[in-house]
Amino acid sequence: MSANEQLGAYRVLRVSDPDGPRPDPGQFAMLAAAERWGGGEDERPYLARAFSIARVRDGEAHYLLEDVGPGTRRLCELQAGEGLLVLGPLGRGFAAPPHQDRRPLLVGGGVGIAPLAILQDTLASADFSSTVLLGFRDGARGEGAALLNGASVATDDGSVGHAGLVTELLASELDRDGYAVVYACGPAPMLEAVRVMCMERDVPAQLALEAGMACGFGACYGCAVRTRGGGYLRVCVDGPVIEAAELERVDEHAGAPA
Amino acid sequence: MSPVEFCGLELAHPIVNGSGTFDAIAAYRAFGEALKQEFPFAAFISKTITLRPRAGNPAPRLWEAPAGLINSIGLPNKGLDGYLAEDLSQLARLPVPLITNVMGSTAAEISQLVQRCDAREEINAIELNVSCPNVQTGLDIGADPRQLEEVVRTVRPHTSKSLIVKLTPNAADVAECARAAQEGGADAVSLINTLRAMALAPTASPATRWLGGGTGGLSGPAIRTVALAQVAAVAARVEIPVIGMGGVQCAAHARDLIDVGATLVAVGTESFRDPLAGARIARDLAPHST
Repeated sequence: MSANEQLGAYRVLRVSDPDGPRPDPGQFAMLAAAERWGGGEDERPYLARAFSIARVRDGEAHYLLEDVGPGTRRLCELQAGEGLLVLGPLGRGFAAPPHQDRRPLLVGGGVGIAPLAILQDTLASADFSSTVLLGFRDGARGEGAALLNGASVATDDGSVGHAGLVTELLASELDRDGYAVVYACGPAPMLEAVRVMCMERDVPAQLALEAGMACGFGACYGCAVRTRGGGYLRVCVDGPVIEAAELERVDEHAGAPA
Repeated sequence: MSPVEFCGLELAHPIVNGSGTFDAIAAYRAFGEALKQEFPFAAFISKTITLRPRAGNPAPRLWEAPAGLINSIGLPNKGLDGYLAEDLSQLARLPVPLITNVMGSTAAEISQLVQRCDAREEINAIELNVSCPNVQTGLDIGADPRQLEEVVRTVRPHTSKSLIVKLTPNAADVAECARAAQEGGADAVSLINTLRAMALAPTASPATRWLGGGTGGLSGPAIRTVALAQVAAVAARVEIPVIGMGGVQCAAHARDLIDVGATLVAVGTESFRDPLAGARIARDLAPHST
């Protein structure tokens, strides 16, 4: 690991990987500390943890983390020079740039803003400017908005930007100009609200999902989400980015082991 | 790391995968050439195939336990027809022998599965998952020695391929079950399957079960010492070869299972953390010496 920097309530881990495969926006990696992985709360963590790749720059991959459990805690406390086990890039990312010149609307919530940063970089290099709408619980988390350029921010407590939900910002944007494609990542209730809003307005949406997963590469079948057809998709290999139209709903209970 | 003979198969080393812990087709898609250069196992054991397709259990399917994992996946698979038509040709291209794992809820159903697998030359051996409730008695077929012996005896004539019985650890006397499998005509036994386990949702009131399937199976380092005891007990009771598994993370753990009588060692949950764990363990497993 080359650096561990504070960004409001979050940490940005920078991992040196100059020879690694270049990730697509929306792809993820499984991370574990090389040393002392285990022995935390309830003798966890045991499994590696899945994180979206937030950015790739100068031979380093960036990851955005929030300390919410024994796994993320151990990763957040890692110092520059310590070893990290990285398996990735994994999964299917965002399909970008958008078809038919629809304007890209990037909608993120909390630590889920991470893959939107690399997506914004990729869109910018293809001469697409994106509208960025980000929601956070409070001001300390709202500082995470600095990861992207020119974001409009909403906070639950009103300390920064719009007091309310990011989906309210999305509704205004779609009212203003609905010829758009939505790329979204965030907590399940936010993604479900985005899914419903986009379906109602016939706006294509790509949702980057999270689910508890043991492996990240299709072996464990633990990260299944229900499709409209009644079957299951594996978030790790069929996603993590899945077209909103393919999903029955975004469920809250498939949360990742933290 | 030295070659080993198992049920007439010449294997490059003694490390295989536990059924359902490695999806070779998905892994090739994810890792491509990197996996081709060093396939991690000396034989590949498929996930459990059932007669009819299964979608699997509702989410959540996983719970991280102290030094382990509880899974309640529910054996999603395409069903026998789908497996034979779509997956088998891809699995046959693996650089190692293929063992197909099947499960049915009656002896007749298992016989049908075994017979159809017997007809396919891509399949080198068949493993029976007997951790399935008998539709008549409700008891796991593999949990009762008499029932298990009867089922294996009924199934046995339907194939000339080697039959491996994957024992359930959720039985009163696992060694007695192993003995029964041997008496019924099994060519080998494998153990341990996961231990039945449960977790409650962390914040729900009233208490609710976390896993969509209600209960699941515990695997990982948490069960390694249980596996060692059961493999030792089984190896002492049977003459047929034993595939030992349960929480193996490194060559020393594999060596322990071999020392108590296992011919092969399967790596399961550790492959979730490191897809090349099997190759690492095989490499580190020096030939027996002292």
